[in-house]
Amino acid sequence: MTDALVPILAATLAAGTPLVFAALGELVVEKSGVLNLGVEGMMLCGALAGFAATVASGSAAVGALAGLAAGAAAALVFALLTLTLQANQVAAGLALSIFGVGLSAFAGKPFESVALPAPQPFALPALADLPLVGPVLFAQPPLVYLSWALFGLVSWFLYRTRPGLVLRAVGESPAVAHAIGYPVIGIRYLATLFGGAMAGVGGAYLSVSYTPMWAENMTAGRGWIALALVVFATWRPGRVLAGAYLFGGVTIAQFFAQGAGAAVASQLLSSLPYLATIGVLVLISRNPNVIRLNAPVSLGQSYHPDA
Amino acid sequence: MSTRKWGAALIGAAALAVAGLAPAAQPLKIGFVYVSPVGDAGWTYQHDLARRALEKQYGDKIVTKYVENVPEGADAERVIRELAASGHELVFTTSFGYMNPTIKVAKSFPKVLFEHATGYKRAKNVGTYNARFYEGRYLAGIVAGKMSKSGTAGYVAAFPIPEVLQGINAFTRGMRSVNPKAQVRVVWVNSWYDPGREREAAMALISQGADVLMQHTDSTAPVQAAEEKGVYAIGYHSDMSKYGPKAHLTASTHDWTGFYGKLVGEALAGKAQPTNIWGGIRDGMVKMAPYNPAVPQDVRDLVAKAAADIAAGRLHPFGGPVKDQGGKERVPAGKFMPDDQLAVMDYYVEGVQGQLPKK
Repeated sequence: MTDALVPILAATLAAGTPLVFAALGELVVEKSGVLNLGVEGMMLCGALAGFAATVASGSAAVGALAGLAAGAAAALVFALLTLTLQANQVAAGLALSIFGVGLSAFAGKPFESVALPAPQPFALPALADLPLVGPVLFAQPPLVYLSWALFGLVSWFLYRTRPGLVLRAVGESPAVAHAIGYPVIGIRYLATLFGGAMAGVGGAYLSVSYTPMWAENMTAGRGWIALALVVFATWRPGRVLAGAYLFGGVTIAQFFAQGAGAAVASQLLSSLPYLATIGVLVLISRNPNVIRLNAPVSLGQSYHPDA
Repeated sequence: MSTRKWGAALIGAAALAVAGLAPAAQPLKIGFVYVSPVGDAGWTYQHDLARRALEKQYGDKIVTKYVENVPEGADAERVIRELAASGHELVFTTSFGYMNPTIKVAKSFPKVLFEHATGYKRAKNVGTYNARFYEGRYLAGIVAGKMSKSGTAGYVAAFPIPEVLQGINAFTRGMRSVNPKAQVRVVWVNSWYDPGREREAAMALISQGADVLMQHTDSTAPVQAAEEKGVYAIGYHSDMSKYGPKAHLTASTHDWTGFYGKLVGEALAGKAQPTNIWGGIRDGMVKMAPYNPAVPQDVRDLVAKAAADIAAGRLHPFGGPVKDQGGKERVPAGKFMPDDQLAVMDYYVEGVQGQLPKK
């Protein structure tokens, strides 16, 4: 039993990791009241930059940093449009997604034929030898451990620090935050850049660590799933993490079921990750007060201090 | 690229005319519509290889133009119409979903010859061409059967349509022709192209005991997954060896060079007719990629013999007796499966594990 479970659980964590990065980043963005629908585009920019940097430098760490920078750069374009120039956030976010798909495909042409060696997982000494949890939790690529650190950081920052409180206040009522003297636009800039950077790292994880290759549109919709996760998880980091792993887990489990010869239509199995994630998250957030408490009130609305 | 050549050809023609020599014939303009980017491996890449071979073979007698990444649907009709309207006399539409747009546009351009890949609708100026991919799958099955230690192969498949089922079944029959106890596990990813999911499916199959992977999806992720886990893989469409130098045994590929070359030659002579071709190993449309050094000579000889037998018509991947999973005899001993039955295949043969997804 243990032998059968280990590969499923280990693969679950690996499959959920790009969603963890992108969704936690977007969570911070939305908590500041900005709705950036460009996650898919930022992930692709990060995936391409990460891959290109890894090819050039031979180091996956440099690749992850390049993915981070590229995602943040894409987010900067969005921030300029929506925060400085007051463009509509929904329209600008959609444009960023489409732009990111096209730009990465265009700039990625020379990298389509390049192959990277398969990365080896980074087993934590001692911990990796524990039965069951060792091979599942502690024999993963480095970016998986970093995604847990990110989770801890985001949870702590948002709910246990003063700057986190200020960021949430900006998301609730930018006018009030401005009146007290906080730089609303500046805070939103920082949050948006952070979200873009995390989406970029999520993309780089895909192209450098998970499937070490560059291929046009290789994120295949994961950015949109990350966006949906944030909403379904009612803007709570713990639920985002659980939702990402649930989605990854059901995806992996249905492949194992198919390989084992389960007599269920594969089309139905393929839709299970979506159904299960929506089902569970709807169940845990069925109390409308929870949504009202956690949803940033000013989400998606432009704010200008002089208006 | 092609526009520049076109320009050069024009200038050349003008120069000849000015010099009072016989005016050079207008180059034949040939258009290609691709469903995905050309990339470095895959379905569209194979078609583009053949297009490049045409340019080399016919030089300035022809001008080729391709439009890539054209979605199947309304956009396709616009692109095909543009190609026809801008003087292309021969237009190749290289994806199944271009069938209806091709037929529709062809009605407005009776002088243009359209050739549609993998479809079944033809007209006075619309021909079809396709390859017997399942013949290559059978050969791949032989390699897998000989190289697998566990006797279990994993198959990452896209959608349960006849062409994919032909591949799975032919692969299984090839594998069982050298190892009667061999089993094939199939995982459907319900996508032609999703590297992440293809990898996940490959990993699931490997941890369930498959030590040779075959794929009917477009990315190189299954080959990479096999390389990472130290098992074998067989590529599809193109040679994918650089994505898994140790894992990649060979690949089942398709080659359109001969077909395009012949048809364009006929078109230049003014004798081209719409085709109705379903070509295989014999026609050079289906080939195996170079072997990994790990594949021993006796296996290569075995595959070469099977390929020669298929080409000569002595062997058929679906030569009777063919039994499906439930034990029902689909083709009696001594008979080959006719093409019309192949075209509607909707079952697994003996040796495939699991049940086919219901429609």
